[in-house]
Amino acid sequence: MSEGTRLENANPVIFQRSGERVQTASEEDEDVHDPIDDREIFDILSINDPEHPLSLEELNVVEQVRVKVNDAENTVGVEFTPTIPHCSMATLIGLSIKVKLLRSLPDRFKIDVCITPGTHASEEAVNKQLADKERVAAALENASLLEVVNQCLSTRSI
Amino acid sequence: RSSYRDTMAAESTLALSLVEEFVSGLQDSKAKDAAKGVKDGKFTVLQLVEALGSSLTSSQPHTRARGVHLLSEVLQECYGDLTEREVEVLIAFYENRLKDHYVVTPPVLKGLKALTKCTNLPPGSAVSMLRSVFQDIHVQVRLSYCTFKLKGLGADFVFGFVQSMDGERDPRNLLLAFQIAKNLIHGGYDLGKFTEELFEVTSCYFPIDFSPPPNDPHGITREELVQALRAVLTGTPKFAEFLLPLLIEKLDSDVQSAKLDSLQTLVRNSCLAVCLQLKQELTGLWTSVRREVFQTSSEKIESAGLAALTALTSCLSRSVLSSDSEDSLSTFLDFILKDCKHHLCEPDLKLVWPSAKLLQAACSASTRASHIITVAVMPSLLEQYNNRTQCSHRRTLLEVVQRFIHSVKNYESVLLAFREALCSIVFSALSESNSSLQITATSVLTSLAQQAGLLVESDIELALDHLTRLLLTEEDDRVSLAVVECAGALAQLHPALVITKLIPKLKKEMFTGKLLKISRILSTGTHTSSVYLTWSSCSVNFSVDEVVLTCRSLQRIAERVQDSEEAGRCFHDVFIPHLLSLALQAFVSVFFFFVNAFDLFAQCRAYFLMRCVWLPFRLAGQTASRAVSLFLDGDVSFLPDNSFPSHMQLLKQEGDSWSLSRLVCLLMGSVCSLPRSVEVPQIDKLLSALEEMSCACSHPLSYTSAAKCFAGLVNKKPQGQFVSFIKTVSRVCSELDSPSSSVRTQAFTLMIWVRWKTRSVLFSFLKPCLSLCSLQLFSLLDDADLGPMAADGFSLLMSDSTDVLNRACHADVRIMYRQRFFSENSAKLVQGFNAAPQEKKPNYLKALSNIVNKLPKQVQVTELPALLSLLLEALSCPDQDIHLSTLSCLEPVLVNPPQVLIQQLEALINRLLALISSPAMSVRIASLSCISTLSHFPVLPFRARVLRALAKPLDDKKRLVRREAVQARGEWFLLGSPGGR
Repeated sequence: MSEGTRLENANPVIFQRSGERVQTASEEDEDVHDPIDDREIFDILSINDPEHPLSLEELNVVEQVRVKVNDAENTVGVEFTPTIPHCSMATLIGLSIKVKLLRSLPDRFKIDVCITPGTHASEEAVNKQLADKERVAAALENASLLEVVNQCLSTRSI
Repeated sequence: RSSYRDTMAAESTLALSLVEEFVSGLQDSKAKDAAKGVKDGKFTVLQLVEALGSSLTSSQPHTRARGVHLLSEVLQECYGDLTEREVEVLIAFYENRLKDHYVVTPPVLKGLKALTKCTNLPPGSAVSMLRSVFQDIHVQVRLSYCTFKLKGLGADFVFGFVQSMDGERDPRNLLLAFQIAKNLIHGGYDLGKFTEELFEVTSCYFPIDFSPPPNDPHGITREELVQALRAVLTGTPKFAEFLLPLLIEKLDSDVQSAKLDSLQTLVRNSCLAVCLQLKQELTGLWTSVRREVFQTSSEKIESAGLAALTALTSCLSRSVLSSDSEDSLSTFLDFILKDCKHHLCEPDLKLVWPSAKLLQAACSASTRASHIITVAVMPSLLEQYNNRTQCSHRRTLLEVVQRFIHSVKNYESVLLAFREALCSIVFSALSESNSSLQITATSVLTSLAQQAGLLVESDIELALDHLTRLLLTEEDDRVSLAVVECAGALAQLHPALVITKLIPKLKKEMFTGKLLKISRILSTGTHTSSVYLTWSSCSVNFSVDEVVLTCRSLQRIAERVQDSEEAGRCFHDVFIPHLLSLALQAFVSVFFFFVNAFDLFAQCRAYFLMRCVWLPFRLAGQTASRAVSLFLDGDVSFLPDNSFPSHMQLLKQEGDSWSLSRLVCLLMGSVCSLPRSVEVPQIDKLLSALEEMSCACSHPLSYTSAAKCFAGLVNKKPQGQFVSFIKTVSRVCSELDSPSSSVRTQAFTLMIWVRWKTRSVLFSFLKPCLSLCSLQLFSLLDDADLGPMAADGFSLLMSDSTDVLNRACHADVRIMYRQRFFSENSAKLVQGFNAAPQEKKPNYLKALSNIVNKLPKQVQVTELPALLSLLLEALSCPDQDIHLSTLSCLEPVLVNPPQVLIQQLEALINRLLALISSPAMSVRIASLSCISTLSHFPVLPFRARVLRALAKPLDDKKRLVRREAVQARGEWFLLGSPGGR
């Protein structure tokens, strides 16, 4: 998609990655039930930015404080922050996040992905697109769109 | 007459021809012939000189050189046969030749050197020889010819040497020159009026400033030159009067290396005392040293300065006083005290440390110095301490006091006067609330206590009261640790007092939970002192739990203080007998009340003993023989508090009870960890007792320990003592073969251990035994009772033993054992599996996966394809352990799958998907990770099915499983999708 064109934000601010989650004793105990928590969702979202060889975490697109999960009520809410207010990739990033969560979470969850309020010029339009199930499904029918999404989701080893 | 003439003619012709061949023909070997001719008396040296005539007068310097060369070579061979007259002539000739062209010089010098070895050197000739050498030779190489002994030459030689050395720059020659100068000094040459000249000419090189060029072929280092020069300068008292001003001058310079070198030279200088009488020089030196320490720029210089001061002081202390001279030591110390003492009293204590260091350096030099300084300084220090209120000041003062305690020589007379005052400041510091002050106070207390005979009993008691209070109330761990160290030191020095005063109080507080903390602190100490303290607390009879706790602490300490000779001795002399005795006591007196506790207890000790593998060799042997005589003969004589019945039978059954049998693990600890070279006495008797016990005893810990001990001993046994061993094996086999035998489990344990140990032994005549063992093991897999045990036994066989048979315990372990075992036995296992009835198959699978799992990874990868079907079978049998070990075998293979595996994909995927709902979390994780790896295969047809199956673990109750599932599902989603794979 962005092949051959100029990058919109070639030199972004890079943020420190949070370390690996520390494994606790209760996580190793067979009998304890570990609820799905914010950090777990956040770890799932360590996916690549379509424009940069950097993860969304490093670009501060996704932050742990903007991930909200309620295991009991089966809801997940993720707010993401495009690197610049006019980022044309915002929809694509949102779509990638959504797809990643759909693939990684049990069916019972209702997944809500939207832009952090006040961080993007066409915030409302993008949010509307991401919330529309049919439009998401249709987008994933589009082979070239799916290709970009998959590229974001494949674990790159750079 | 004519015949005489003929002979003459013949001789000179012979000499002539030899000369011709050597000089013009350039045949070096002719020199040897000529020398032989002279030796055999065919012609004389003078005849040779005549024959050389033409070559020596040739106009070509090279021909002349060649001629002299021949003569010198001959002289080197036969200088012993020359008459005095001949020598005289030759010397005159050579001296003359010295004036010749420079190419002639080397052979001339060589000839002169040969001549100096002559026994009948005419008197005075050496002098004239050297004089001409010094006169005429300008090449510095001449120095190397000066090494002969020529006392007669005396001052002349020194002068010549001084002249020749003057201005020398080549480090090789310098090194040589320094050595010669040293020989001159030590050889008792009369330096005469040239003393100062010699000093001047050598000292101008001080301090040596030389850095060898890179790739220096001569390999002369600065250090060599420094040492050589220092040896010269400090070699004689005669130099001292010149050296001191020089040193002071260099000390006052700005060059670091010059300062350091001067100070080190000062330390080395043992003959300074002579001229230290000169008050002026002393003041100068002191001023310089003080400046270096006060304005220290590098630690090296500071410590060199302090060492120099100590050397000076001890030198002064040794100097003999004449009745009219003043006491130079006290004069010198007066300087020091005058300059330093007031710093100790300054309000901000800025220069306290440097002053204290200087004073201590002087203090440590001699008893007299200690006395003078301590008497002058200590009262003011003590007064300071009492006047100060700031904790940091007080701490500094305490530290200074401690340093004095350490540096004082012959403390008894010196410190005794201050005992009371010292104790009182230490105790007052201990009662402060400042933790660093308390820590310092404990270490001062330790130093005081270590000065034997200084503290009296009441002081120690008071100290112990303070320590107890701190131990029980102090919250700060650092303070507690310091207190424990100190108490440990006291326990070592005054064990009786510590046991009567400290331990009972601690015991009273035991149940408050504080003791746990103390024990924890105890076990963090590394010093032997904490061992002693721990020990004292152990030797008062506490409850079982308490002793176990102490043993743990001891064990931890033992692990930490490894390799220390002191600790090894202390363990050997004190603790091991005590432990054995305590263990015995416990068993004799209390019996079955605490059976479980005792098992733990005994085991704990066994491991503790095992840690003693580092015991020094000699002690190790002693421990072994003691332990053996205790266990075999009931010899209790080496145990303390000896109240045991003699001739206890520790390895025999007493009636029905095996009550004492558990102690065998102590035996195991004592003998199995010894180095191989330590001979265990009565080994055959011991082995048969152990065999009996391991086959007949009913207590699991006992028979396992006995079997382990047996195996450990056999492993160390030298070759060729295996008759009894073969008997044992056949006995075990027969026990196992009779299904009605009640001791099959025991026999099996013994066998497994025996097999284990023999895995390391190669002797060919044992092969039948071994294969018998292996066969037995295989046949046991079919056994109804022992089958699962046998399968687990394979895991034991393949793994490293933690307690007895490992390298740390000096066991003989064969390399590549696992691969060998696998290649010998895998086929048999597969066969057995195919032949076995359905309900026995799991045993085989378990055995197989136990073996494969312990193989090195690279071997696994190559061996697996053959076993694949069996492993797949293993995945569908009900045992979780098998699942896990099989999955861990499979995973590395899946990264680079063999063709066989591709053909079995369907079966593999089905089994893996079944395992993701296994009750065991680790199995779920392992199977998910295998599935994730599988996505790299041609598995597109399975995509939908796998994705559906993977939805379920996404909601697993364990986070670790979910993480693996998310990873696996993500990979499979990408499969066959645009942008994916």
